[in-house]
Amino acid sequence: MTKNIGQPASWQLAENQVTDEAVYHSRRTLLKKLGFIGAGTLLSTNTQAIDWFSSKKPQVFNTSPLTFKAADTSKQTLTPESKVTSHNNFYEFGTGKSDPVKNAQSFNVDPWKLSITGLVEQPITLDYDDLFKRFTLEERIYRLRCVEAWSMVIPWIGFPLADILKQAKPLSKAKYVAFETLYDPKQMPGQNSRRIGGGIDYPYVEGLRLDEATHPLTLMSVGLYGKTLPAQNGAPIRLVVPWKYGFKSIKSIVSIKLVDKMPPTTWNILAPHEYGFYANVNPEVDHPRWSQASERRITTGGLFARNRIDTLPFNGYAEQVAHLYKNMDLTKYF
Amino acid sequence: MSKAHTIFLLKTVIHLLSAGLLANLYYQAIVDQLGADPVEAVLHFTGIGAFNLLLLSLTVSPLVKCFKWQILMKVRRLLGLYSFTYALCHVLSFLAFEVQFNWTLFIDEVIERPYITVGMSAFVILFALAVTSISRLKKQLGRHWQLLHNWVYLALLLIALHFYWSVKSEVIEPSIYVLICLVLLWLRKKKLTRRFTRRVH
Repeated sequence: MTKNIGQPASWQLAENQVTDEAVYHSRRTLLKKLGFIGAGTLLSTNTQAIDWFSSKKPQVFNTSPLTFKAADTSKQTLTPESKVTSHNNFYEFGTGKSDPVKNAQSFNVDPWKLSITGLVEQPITLDYDDLFKRFTLEERIYRLRCVEAWSMVIPWIGFPLADILKQAKPLSKAKYVAFETLYDPKQMPGQNSRRIGGGIDYPYVEGLRLDEATHPLTLMSVGLYGKTLPAQNGAPIRLVVPWKYGFKSIKSIVSIKLVDKMPPTTWNILAPHEYGFYANVNPEVDHPRWSQASERRITTGGLFARNRIDTLPFNGYAEQVAHLYKNMDLTKYF
Repeated sequence: MSKAHTIFLLKTVIHLLSAGLLANLYYQAIVDQLGADPVEAVLHFTGIGAFNLLLLSLTVSPLVKCFKWQILMKVRRLLGLYSFTYALCHVLSFLAFEVQFNWTLFIDEVIERPYITVGMSAFVILFALAVTSISRLKKQLGRHWQLLHNWVYLALLLIALHFYWSVKSEVIEPSIYVLICLVLLWLRKKKLTRRFTRRVH
C-alpha cells in the first residue's frame, strides 16, 4: 500500500523520547477497579443520585474487538485503559470527569449516520458498519494533551481523516472542515439540562483548516485498546488531532462538512480569549488562568506519582506539523 | 442528656466526619483508587470541603439567633478550624501534587493567576483566624479579636470568587454557592452596615 503516512518511525521516536523522560514513577501497572469515593460523592449533586434511585436495570455499553494493523507499544508507558475510559471531558454526559462513564452506558450508537457534505464532488454517508469496514484500520499511539494541563498516552484505532476526504473529493473552494457531534437530548443528558451540560450550546462543533484535516497524523478514531470506542470516549467515531488541545478532538461525530470560511467552534464561542480556533499545544502561550508550560502525565501511581513533565511545542509533533503554521504569529492565532 | 454530653456528641460527629473523610480521601488517592486523576480529585474535595465547612460555621450564629440553639456556639470554632484544615490540605496538595514542589511554578501561579491569587488571599485570612482562635490569644487581643475575625466575611467572598473563577463553563454550582454566601451576609446586614458606618465617622 502506498499510503503517504510518511515516516511512522519519526513520530514514534519522538514518543519514546518523551516517555523515557516521564518514567520516573512506579512502573507497576496495577489495574484496579476505580473507587468513586471522594470528590465525586460530595460534588456531583446530580446524576449519581438519579442512578441510585432509578429502578431501571443498569445497562452496560458494549465494545467489541477490532481487526487492525497494530503499533509497537512495548517501549511506551501507556495510560491504563481503566483511566482512559473513566476520565473524560464529554459534557454531553456531564461535566465531572467521571460523569461520562456513568451516564453514557445506555448510549445507542447503532444505527449511526455520518455524512460528509458541503464543498465536495462526492458527498458520502457512512452507516455504522462502514465506520469499521470501509477504511483500513490501524493503531496509533498518540499523546493526548488536555487544555487543563493533564495528558495521557492512548493507543487509538482508526484511519486518517484524509482517507475519507480523498473519497469525497473536496472542491477547490473548500478551505476548512466543520465537524458536528450528535444532537440527541434524549440520550445526552447534558444537552437536556444546562446544569448537567455545563452551559454549552449544543451540538458541540469543531473545525480544522483543510491542510490540518488532511495531515497524515489527523485520525478518525473508531476504537482504543484494541476494541471499539466506549461511549464515554466518543463512540462510535471521533476525531483525534494529537498536536492540538484535546477539546479539538470532537466526539461522536455525525457531520463533516467542507466549507470556505473558518467555522465556529464550541469553546471559542464560549470563551474566545481563552480558547482559539487553532488550539495548538504551545508551552509558550499560557491559558489566561493557568500555565501551559508543563503538564501532568496520567499513567499509574497514585497521589505520589511524580508525573509533571514539560509540555512540548505541538505536543511533541512539531517535526510533522510545524510547517503548517510557518509565518503565523502563534501568540495571536492560539 | 446533659449539655456537656450534647457538646461532646456534636464534637465527636464533627471530628469523625471531617477527619474521617479527609483520611479516607488521602488513603484512596495514595493507593490510586480515586479515579484516573487523584490529584484533581483531592484538590476538588479539599477545596469544596473547606468552603462547605466555612459555610457551616457561618450558619451557626443565625441558627442560634433564630432558634436559640446556644449550644451550637460551642462547636463553631471547631467547624472553623476544620475549614482551615481543609484549606491547608488544598494549598499543600496543590504545592506537593499538582505543581510537585516546582517552587517557581507555584509562586508564578499564585502571583499571575488571578483566581489563585484570590484563593491564596482567602487562605492567608483563614490562617490568621485559625492562629488567633487559641483562647489565650483571643483574650490578649481583646476587642481587636472581633475586628480581626470579621475578616472572615471577606475570606468568604474571596473563596466564592475563587470557585466561580476556577471553572471552565459549569457556573451553576458556583453560582449557587455565591447565592448562599450572599444570604449569609444579608442575615448579618445590621452588623455589617453598623461596622461600615462606624468606620466612616
